[in-house]
Amino acid sequence: MDYEPTELVITARAGTPLAEIEAALREKGQMLVFEPPRFGYLPSPLAPLPGLGEGNIEPAAPEKRIATLGGCIAAGLSGPRRAYAGAVRDFVLGVRLLDGKGSDLRFGGQVMKNVAGYDVSRLMAGSLGTLGVLLEVSLKVLPLPATEATLKLQCIEREAIAMMNEWAGKPLPITATAYCDGDLGVRLSGARTAVAAAIKKLGGIPVEPGQAERFWNGIREQTDPFFATGLPLWRLSMKPTTPPLNLPGKQLIEWGGALRWLKSEADAKTVRDAATYGGGHATLFRDGNKSAGVFHPLAPALLKIHQRLKQTLDPAGILNPGRMYHSF
Amino acid sequence: MRPVAEAAPVDLARRREVVAALRAFLPEASVLFDEEDVKPYECDGLSAYRQLPMVVALPETEEQVCRILRTCHGMRVPVVARGAGTGLSGGALPLGNGVLLSLAKFMRIVEVDPQARSARVQPGVRNLAISEAAAPLGLYYAPDPSSQIACTIGGNVAENSGGVHCLKYGLTVHNLLKLRVATIEGGIVEIGSEGLDAAGYDLLALMTGSEGLLGVVTEVTVKLLPDPEFAQVVMAAFDDVGKAGNAVANVIAAGIIPAGLEMMDQAATRAVEDFAHAGYRTDVAAILLCESDGTQEEVADEIRRIQDVMEKSGALQTQVSRDEAERLRFWAGRKAAFPAVGSISPDYYCMDGTIPRKRVGEVLRRITELEKKYGLRCANVFHAGDGNLHPLILYDANQPGELQRTEAFGGEILELCLQVGGTITGEHGVGVEKINQMCVQFGSLELETFHAIKRAFDEHELLNPGKAVPTLHRCAEFGRMHVHAGREKFPDLPRF
Repeated sequence: MDYEPTELVITARAGTPLAEIEAALREKGQMLVFEPPRFGYLPSPLAPLPGLGEGNIEPAAPEKRIATLGGCIAAGLSGPRRAYAGAVRDFVLGVRLLDGKGSDLRFGGQVMKNVAGYDVSRLMAGSLGTLGVLLEVSLKVLPLPATEATLKLQCIEREAIAMMNEWAGKPLPITATAYCDGDLGVRLSGARTAVAAAIKKLGGIPVEPGQAERFWNGIREQTDPFFATGLPLWRLSMKPTTPPLNLPGKQLIEWGGALRWLKSEADAKTVRDAATYGGGHATLFRDGNKSAGVFHPLAPALLKIHQRLKQTLDPAGILNPGRMYHSF
Repeated sequence: MRPVAEAAPVDLARRREVVAALRAFLPEASVLFDEEDVKPYECDGLSAYRQLPMVVALPETEEQVCRILRTCHGMRVPVVARGAGTGLSGGALPLGNGVLLSLAKFMRIVEVDPQARSARVQPGVRNLAISEAAAPLGLYYAPDPSSQIACTIGGNVAENSGGVHCLKYGLTVHNLLKLRVATIEGGIVEIGSEGLDAAGYDLLALMTGSEGLLGVVTEVTVKLLPDPEFAQVVMAAFDDVGKAGNAVANVIAAGIIPAGLEMMDQAATRAVEDFAHAGYRTDVAAILLCESDGTQEEVADEIRRIQDVMEKSGALQTQVSRDEAERLRFWAGRKAAFPAVGSISPDYYCMDGTIPRKRVGEVLRRITELEKKYGLRCANVFHAGDGNLHPLILYDANQPGELQRTEAFGGEILELCLQVGGTITGEHGVGVEKINQMCVQFGSLELETFHAIKRAFDEHELLNPGKAVPTLHRCAEFGRMHVHAGREKFPDLPRF
């Protein structure tokens, strides 16, 4: 791991556990601002986060799945802060990878601004290991906010979507929103004075900090009771102003309205049509019948570009074939 | 200024064929080929390189763009797309055997959505026009390249343009939602979505900054941000560039991400002060401008902390803008830096490397040594927060040999940026200008990958060929070795 806090850059080998990276950052008052989920590495709810306190995180048993930096980039998933601070891909500065021919390649770098060559580094984010094996990644990091506060408001879904969009158009220090079952949670982060001023503007009931931390962590790691049952879990990414979706099942809304989690037995076509209507796409995130594909079908012209890119970086088709789409 | 040495004579028979094919579906006035008509397109903002295009096409609709591309693809005619032509790396330099595809007529703001905070615009819309259209809604488009009054959003996408606020608000790539792109085969693909991500690979990232080599953008959906409630700027003066460089690192180390953090050396402040009277001290080695934006409370708090860091870093003096007029005056100087330097020298050559912030002092010292070596002056303006340097080399093109010396000087600065772990271009693009230095920044395997990616979009390499990515043959001729982060491939071998 190579970490320069004043450069706002961390470079690490792909197998480095995310927990190690996050601990090193926290020690210097910085963070991965896209809040990647660590599915599998979970600090116990009452233990302080790594780097704070006495490091009393239980050492992970070897058989436990430990989220790594490479996996985080390849999965391309971002947490609650995404709508307000950016996604994984927004913070990737450079990568070293092995392509399907075994060539050891470096793209991007360790500086904030770099337009030399195509942006292959960001292309790796979310490519699920189908284009290359990541060896090393450089990420932009940012300071931890001085203070955070969470508010809870009660409203119906339509009001929640309207409010989240209205707030996002105002200079408020919002860093997360989540709506489920009549409760709208809003997280504010930044300078103490700014957070205090925003609390006055938004109203609602302040949530106790420990409880707030557990709540946002539950959404980030999908340990929140919403995610518990065995119904198929869909992820619909769409225009944030899309009105409430008239779909069977239960929903949790994040990202100011731009991300809708749906637990539903609805068939794939119904869900995908709803996502298309909202200008976005739907992924069958967990469980359910995957025969209609996990990811939203691509338009033919776009699929052709995907196939050609795959062919370019992995001509023999040996890197995670069929993981993203059946045809490559 | 010199013409490009290898400027090719136009093949008249070929031109007749291409003009006839395009006029089959375009109005006569939309297809230009007379020398006097195509002359305005002979260069972009990098005017040292000039070439008359064979034909200029001025479509008005997406369908026309597609038909032009389909026609050129069928006839194997190369195509160079162009917005306002303000680019600084020769990315829109025409080809003597090609069609120059101007998107100048695509000037419509199709839709501004205040609730979803996005704007859908045609590629020829000027960067600033988007923010102007969004202003009544309390919104703006964040990336603000210095040419924002003239440059177009299509060009911004092609170059992944930055600006003075990108440390906090990101580059073009961070502020796009969706593109409509015409392929060389004449089809349309939609890349991105109206949500925050899209299915499949992140082609939005790949397309942004691809310098017109992968497709032609026909519509852009950008994110809009709420106007900050308040902004103030601290101006700090230093008697040493190294101290000013350290102050930049100390601001970041204090956990502050300023809205803008700019540095100018003495040569730059002297030129600016004579030209724009911004109130800069000219008796100091460097000045920093550090802006804070947000709520009144946030800004008051952050400005205090910034001032404190500057003073502890050895600033001779710090000054906080007292009102909006003064804030704008402080910025007016920085924004006038290029024309100001233009006013003290017949010509100047703008470089665009990025380096790790901690190497600023060292790099500026080595640039001073290079000034002596080449007998040329250099003024430095610098997006210090991002580590993005803009050394401006002053020269006179009418003095025999000066341009060549300037280019050699510039080339050494770029290689210096690479040696300290940086890049040859932070925001201006490679174009034709930095194509040789690409051979130093990347190895042959990476360059081959870039070519293969291009062919995945453009099999016959008809879109802006010869720009952005050098051929391996060219690198062999240039004869410079790939150096990664100061390390040669075989550091133990003796080199002579």
